[in-house]
Amino acid sequence: MSASNKTTNILVCGTGGQGVMTATEILAEAALSLGFDAKKTEVAGMSQRGGVVTSHLRFGAQVLSPQIVAGEADLLVGFEAAEALRWVHMLRPGAAVLMNVGRLVPPVVNIGLFAYPEDPVAQIRALGLEVHAFDASALAQQLGNIRLGNTVMLGAMADRLPFPAEVLREAVLARFASRKPQLVDVNRQAFELGRRAVAEEALAA
Amino acid sequence: MGAPLPAPAASRLFLSGNDAVARAVWEAGCKVAAAYPGTPSTEILEELAHYPDLYTEWSVNEKVSLEVALGASMMGARAFCAMKHVGLNVASDALMTMTVTGTEGGLVIAVADDVGMSSSQNEQDSRYWGRFAHLPVLEPADAQEAYAMTKAAFELSERHRCPVIVRMTTRICHVKGRVEVGERMAVEPTGFTKDPRRWVMVPGNAKPRLPLMFEREAALAVEAEVSALNPLADGSDLTVGFVASGPAFMHVREAFPDAPVLKLGLSCPLPLHRIRALAARVRHLVVVEETEPLVETELKAAGVACHGKDILPRLGELAPDVLRPAIARLLGGEPAVVAHVPQQQVFPRPPTMCVACPHLGVYYTLAQMRNVIISGDIGCYTLGAGHPWNALDTCISMGASMGMALGMDKGRGAADAGKKVVAVIGDSTFLHMGMQGLLDITYNRGNVTILLLDNRTVGMTGGQDNPGTGRDIHGEEAPRVDFAKLCEALGVKRERIRPVDPYQLPVLFKALREETRIDEPSVIITDRPCVLIDDYRPTQPYQVVEERCTGCGNCVDVGCPAIHVTRRATEVKASGKEVELSFVRIETAACTGCGLCVQPCAPEAIVHAEALRPAHVMHKH
Repeated sequence: MSASNKTTNILVCGTGGQGVMTATEILAEAALSLGFDAKKTEVAGMSQRGGVVTSHLRFGAQVLSPQIVAGEADLLVGFEAAEALRWVHMLRPGAAVLMNVGRLVPPVVNIGLFAYPEDPVAQIRALGLEVHAFDASALAQQLGNIRLGNTVMLGAMADRLPFPAEVLREAVLARFASRKPQLVDVNRQAFELGRRAVAEEALAA
Repeated sequence: MGAPLPAPAASRLFLSGNDAVARAVWEAGCKVAAAYPGTPSTEILEELAHYPDLYTEWSVNEKVSLEVALGASMMGARAFCAMKHVGLNVASDALMTMTVTGTEGGLVIAVADDVGMSSSQNEQDSRYWGRFAHLPVLEPADAQEAYAMTKAAFELSERHRCPVIVRMTTRICHVKGRVEVGERMAVEPTGFTKDPRRWVMVPGNAKPRLPLMFEREAALAVEAEVSALNPLADGSDLTVGFVASGPAFMHVREAFPDAPVLKLGLSCPLPLHRIRALAARVRHLVVVEETEPLVETELKAAGVACHGKDILPRLGELAPDVLRPAIARLLGGEPAVVAHVPQQQVFPRPPTMCVACPHLGVYYTLAQMRNVIISGDIGCYTLGAGHPWNALDTCISMGASMGMALGMDKGRGAADAGKKVVAVIGDSTFLHMGMQGLLDITYNRGNVTILLLDNRTVGMTGGQDNPGTGRDIHGEEAPRVDFAKLCEALGVKRERIRPVDPYQLPVLFKALREETRIDEPSVIITDRPCVLIDDYRPTQPYQVVEERCTGCGNCVDVGCPAIHVTRRATEVKASGKEVELSFVRIETAACTGCGLCVQPCAPEAIVHAEALRPAHVMHKH
């Protein structure tokens, strides 16, 4: 992704309650802090009830339409494995996917009406996309709080943006500094765990 | 809610369209603001309630909220109300006559259409109300404009002494962008002037006011022609010129940066001369409007040749990926193929009820009942129509479950003679428009069993308060309606009103069976709070003892998202009958111990988890 004069399109997806919208909000704050214009949109109506959530972030010199259309996303960030698979068509060919391998199985799968995809990561990889997959929930658990998964995901994005990772880290920490200062340190660790997960996974691949 | 405190003047904030409207209402010196929650408009009042120096309220319904605003306007105060598109249907009775009286203090109505239908029962186009009620309609295209136009709307309202409609859509309400904000201005109410010929709308007074309404409309049409709200974003490519409004304007600019676009900010009345001037300059004129062909139809009636819904969809959003191929075909070409990764098939993930939701027990029970017709209503409990319960047969509009249930009872023929009619309605929906229907049931001796699901909040829109919660919009103590007494006052016999704990399945089942057998109106009131509000107290979670689980799947029928099937199998019974088995586990970290799944578990395989996992300790106890 180059910053220059092009609009950067990031699609963040997951399910209701995972913190997709908050993560995208922080990403937007980072872009805004550098003077970019930004628009962020999501359909949030019934998504609180465990439904599908997507958050579109577009930033650049000037942003008109807030919507990313199919084939124009530069980066897909999936907070849940099947949700990442659901939205791959939004990516331009050859773009990257950062995804949590954690699964949230909905009732319609539990009662046997539908099947959960066998291996979403392999399926995405087979489409010729660059995939970075890691267990964000497990990394968050390592630090003793599953809610840090959100910050792990932000850390994972940090080296894939058209601005330095530190800008995003500062945006994450600034938010906690003003609301829950006691959580700044653990979020810094979560952020770096996410960053490292992608870097190590890239080396291993 | 944790909304930001009012920002200092002249700073730039990252706001949603809803936040931007709230900010503008406050800055405009508004004194009274009222609303009933409804997606996608809810956050406007929620946000506004955090600002100082103005009165805000959750009203019982949209009609009342508009009447509150009108009353304030009559006092010469600036007033505001917000609602979703279908809310204006409810409020329209007041609207259609306040356009005749006109207003005194500026009165602005923000109405949010759910274009794309993320959370509504229809996709109606609220711009029609401007035509129907002869009122001006403003259409912001992003959050900055939502802010600027809301402020402009108060001035327009006071200049023309009429309510002004600010028409939002989901893609304005829930899109965040940079917004330059200012300071609050002081506006002192000018005072009430007794003037029965203006305020008392009997025929003799209303009739002379009708010509005034049409004069006002003509003056607004003149203003629309010169208004800065209707700018031309000029372009060098004159092959296609566009007329666009709302979010569609941004989509057009994105897709066709070189084309001239006349942007309709004040879209009703239509600036016809300006549109004609653009039409004369371009080869094709295309109207891009969400969702109905309103402007297009008016242009065609005025003899302006244009395209619109002949080449564009009549429903949904008109995003760049919809516009580009349509225009390519108009120009005789083939749409350019956008290279993208092929779409993958993934199971649907419909919204569902929460872990431990008190409605789970209600729908589990309803799903067990035979020969019932279930008249449903609008709220989280509409999800009872989905899997695994499939226990809701109708849903139309707020409060409609009551009247429809009565109509089902009275309209039944031999085919339905043995069926029971049950209506399901939530606390807030009942207060919004359901209690009138209940009165109709008792008055007309209907045979309906009503399940009044009191979960002490407006759940689906995110947990707002209402007269049944005992709290006002600020979360402060307020008079709380007593549902049992209210139902009794509406004519239900005291012994036919039964408070029931929805987590006690046998009690709930017994109450439903008994009440449906009795040929008179009865109300079963469930009284446990929504799991998403502070009133809810989680208890010790459960787990499944794997070796005891027989795979009967009874617990799966509860529909709790914390119950997961780990393995399926088929068993052939001694009778030769094949039975599908589902072995389960409980996601203990998500479980809050409601105990619903324990009750239908015959082998007693579900037991309390011994220790709370660390993640669970994060929740309050």
